[in-house]
Amino acid sequence: MTIDNWIPLLVVGSSLIPGLLIFALAESRVRLRTTLNLAGALLKLALVATMLWGVAQGHQYQVQLAFLPGLELGLRVGPLALLFLTLSSLLWLVTTIYAIGYLEGSPHRSRFFGFFSLCVTATVGIAMAADLLTFLLFYELLTLATYPLVVHRGTEVARRAGLVYLAFTIGGGALMLLGIVWLYTLAGSLEFRPGGFVAGLDQTHRTSLILIFVLLIAGLGVKAALIPLHAWLPRAMVAPAPVSALLHAVAVVKAGAFGIMRVVYEVFGVELAADLGVTGPLALLAAATILYGSARALFQDDLKRRLAFSTVSQVAYIVLGVAIASPIATVGGLVHLVHQGLMKITLFFCAGNLAETLGIHRVSEMSGVARRMPCTLVAFTVAAFGMIGVPPVAGFITKWYLGLGALEAGQHWVLLVLALSSLLNAAYFLPILHAAWFREPPSTWPEERVFGRRETARALLWPPLITAAAALLAGLLASLPFSPLEWVGLIAEREFVRP
Amino acid sequence: MTSTLEAALTARSDLIAPVLAPLVGALLSFLLRRWAMPIGLISIIGLVLAVLMLIPEALATGPRWLAVGGWEAPLGIVLHADGLSLAMLFMTAAVGLAISLYAAVYFHDQPSRAWSFWPLWLLLLTGLNALFLAADIFNLYVTLELLGLSAAALTALAGGADALVGAMRYLLVSLLGSLAYLLGVALLYHAYGTVDLGLLADRIAGLPATWAALGLMSAGLLLKTALFPLHFWLPPAHSNAPAPVSAALSALVVKGSFYLWLRLWLELFGGLGLGVETFLGLLGAGAVIWGSLQALRQTRLKLLVAYSTVAQIGYLFLAFPLALGGATTAWTGAIYLAVSHALAKAAMFLAAGNLLRFGGHDRIADLDRVVQRLPLSIAAFALAGVSIMGLPPSGGFIGKWLLLEAALSQGRWGWALVILLGGVLAATYVFKVLGYAFTQSETPHRARPVPAVMEWAALSLAASAILLGLIVAPPLALLAIGEPFAMATGAVGP
Repeated sequence: MTIDNWIPLLVVGSSLIPGLLIFALAESRVRLRTTLNLAGALLKLALVATMLWGVAQGHQYQVQLAFLPGLELGLRVGPLALLFLTLSSLLWLVTTIYAIGYLEGSPHRSRFFGFFSLCVTATVGIAMAADLLTFLLFYELLTLATYPLVVHRGTEVARRAGLVYLAFTIGGGALMLLGIVWLYTLAGSLEFRPGGFVAGLDQTHRTSLILIFVLLIAGLGVKAALIPLHAWLPRAMVAPAPVSALLHAVAVVKAGAFGIMRVVYEVFGVELAADLGVTGPLALLAAATILYGSARALFQDDLKRRLAFSTVSQVAYIVLGVAIASPIATVGGLVHLVHQGLMKITLFFCAGNLAETLGIHRVSEMSGVARRMPCTLVAFTVAAFGMIGVPPVAGFITKWYLGLGALEAGQHWVLLVLALSSLLNAAYFLPILHAAWFREPPSTWPEERVFGRRETARALLWPPLITAAAALLAGLLASLPFSPLEWVGLIAEREFVRP
Repeated sequence: MTSTLEAALTARSDLIAPVLAPLVGALLSFLLRRWAMPIGLISIIGLVLAVLMLIPEALATGPRWLAVGGWEAPLGIVLHADGLSLAMLFMTAAVGLAISLYAAVYFHDQPSRAWSFWPLWLLLLTGLNALFLAADIFNLYVTLELLGLSAAALTALAGGADALVGAMRYLLVSLLGSLAYLLGVALLYHAYGTVDLGLLADRIAGLPATWAALGLMSAGLLLKTALFPLHFWLPPAHSNAPAPVSAALSALVVKGSFYLWLRLWLELFGGLGLGVETFLGLLGAGAVIWGSLQALRQTRLKLLVAYSTVAQIGYLFLAFPLALGGATTAWTGAIYLAVSHALAKAAMFLAAGNLLRFGGHDRIADLDRVVQRLPLSIAAFALAGVSIMGLPPSGGFIGKWLLLEAALSQGRWGWALVILLGGVLAATYVFKVLGYAFTQSETPHRARPVPAVMEWAALSLAASAILLGLIVAPPLALLAIGEPFAMATGAVGP
């Protein structure tokens, strides 16, 4: 094995090993635990940066391990994998810093950070999986590793939320397993390939292929929170804020959306998927999810629930971009994987700050909060504008490319969906911003904690500022090399526009 | 003559070591009661070494035969080890080692029980190993009886009315099962004049005597394996026994009678085209669904785990109809499931034993934050649960994958759906337990410390079940020695 084989394994190990070590640590070993966490996150980032450089030069990193007869477990890092990998390893570092600050002094942190690391391990595994079997392995690991985080608080509400979460994810996983084994018996292979590996199959398998597609999308749609499989997401909001950030921006919903990309592009191939007539219904489902999520978000007073429904809607943009099946829409969908991640994690960090510092959980309690916590609200505002799609924040780029792609593919109705959803986004974000910046603050906050002259703890303040800045820069500098948009262009070029 | 005998004794007699090690241990620990525990541990270690030494040579040279004392069949006792036997021996050695370490601590403060436990437990292992190696149907009967009697005696070890009633019922069921099997042996011997499996396989034909023997033997063995709807005796017996005994019963003892049935099927009955495969599969499907639903309804942890065994046994019988189409993947999958289940279920019962000792009860709803107070045991339960519900990476996943592959490649959707549904139901009852491990109970716990060995024994078993899902090629190579599944699949045509 050369160093190129080792790097993908090291990327997995850089969170798996710290995670396992952290489980063994006593609760009081705060410093060692923090060191392990940050060392793992930084090492992973360095490895990913190395691969980013290598892949841009046309290099490929891969490793295969013997598994079942005829099947291997494989990790392979190409441009598409790196898109997700970079996002998750960057945001993991930021979220770890945030979580260390957020959970300071609270119980059971060894358990929390152990499972936190396992979640990221599963996520990078999903990103690098070279075939459906490896993908499934890490996908189920993600389900198992997030469950203890959802029920972390140990209340009756948390236990029930955990059960709902599992009912959806385990059920979805079973459907996916069925689809994968079925596909294997038909195609004899499960390895992702640009343009798909089932394209050569006989025409007699059309019905089977359509059903397999439905099974796979049902399994992935649970995590991507497509309606009607989204109900677990708002309930899982009982978890601590860093977990919500992880679920919504880095790991779970992204794993679902990323899996849908893999299935459409590298299992079936865009042409075959369009030929089977499955992309049209998928686009409709995504559009319905976008509108439904936004409409529900409008009526939530609980801030985290409003953000949760907003996630339901935003992740569906990614799926919409994939399903429209035009190169430009593809760019829009892929790039939203990164953009949504940056914006949504900012929003959740801010919501966590409000809850931790002032005890604010509801939108109706947010009047004048910008005077007390201006930096947090600046970050919140940038991210909210991005969600609405105001230039130059990153969200605008997404909507621009989605719209162009829809026009290119002749699907004009998508423009209507985009416009309507932007209106709805504005309708549920602007009142919050107005109240926070322009209304009078109340005389006392629900539960205020004071952090000297700063508005909140340092570890809570920097992460949202950094991610908000990143969301702004991703929009402003979209045409520079290594910007998400440029990278997505590279993916579209390498993987989808083949000679 | 003498030279062949000597050659047989010197070169091949290591095949009997997995039987001799626990047998000598059982006798010594019975005679020297004060030293029962150290003797037991030493003979277990001897057993593990004996099994480990068999494997490399078998991988290199194929299946092994040993005529004990140099007497060939049909006169003497012949031992036979192919991949299937070796896999079962390995399973017994691994699970037996963990249970023994656990029991050494578990019975530490109750010497009178320890004195009864060690000889019986070592006899049970003797019976099991002899069962996996025996090559004629009468010796198989002897080993089956030895296994059943020692298991019934162990069940009574907990004392108390519930345990005694459970043990008594278990004893009666066990005797009834072996009696039915013995009648089948007599019928076959009468019809074909031999009890050697190999010779019988050559001579067997679709005579009425064969039919009667099949009926009697299958009824007896399926009763002892607790296949639905003959499972009624299992939950009370398995849940009332002391933790190490529960683990041994659920993980190993039911596998003994299943192995025997499978052996008979592969060597004798499977090739006759009797058309009972679908019936067996339906009973298996019934077990998967009924057992899982019952597990879900339980409020006591050990009963839940016991019903889970009923469900998991059902999976093993799904292989019968699936193997009919010709692929050996179904058999491989079933054995993979059997071994993973042994590791995982032993881990679950040991973990449940720890929770019971810690809190003084095993009510699921009152587990009371054990996730922070007894993290290793809960981790063991959770990891074992992953294998039981068949999520990757775990041995259970590999087994289910192979079964699913066999089902879908033949387009047999009903069986595939049962396999998946069983997994989802298993997840539901495992997470029912795990959810309550996080919450606080209204009634406070009487917390009693649990020795580290007991926690680690459970955890290492569970970790092995997970490991079996990552290291797959070597176990599959072991199972393929001597192609134990080739016969039935070759002989049975559509």
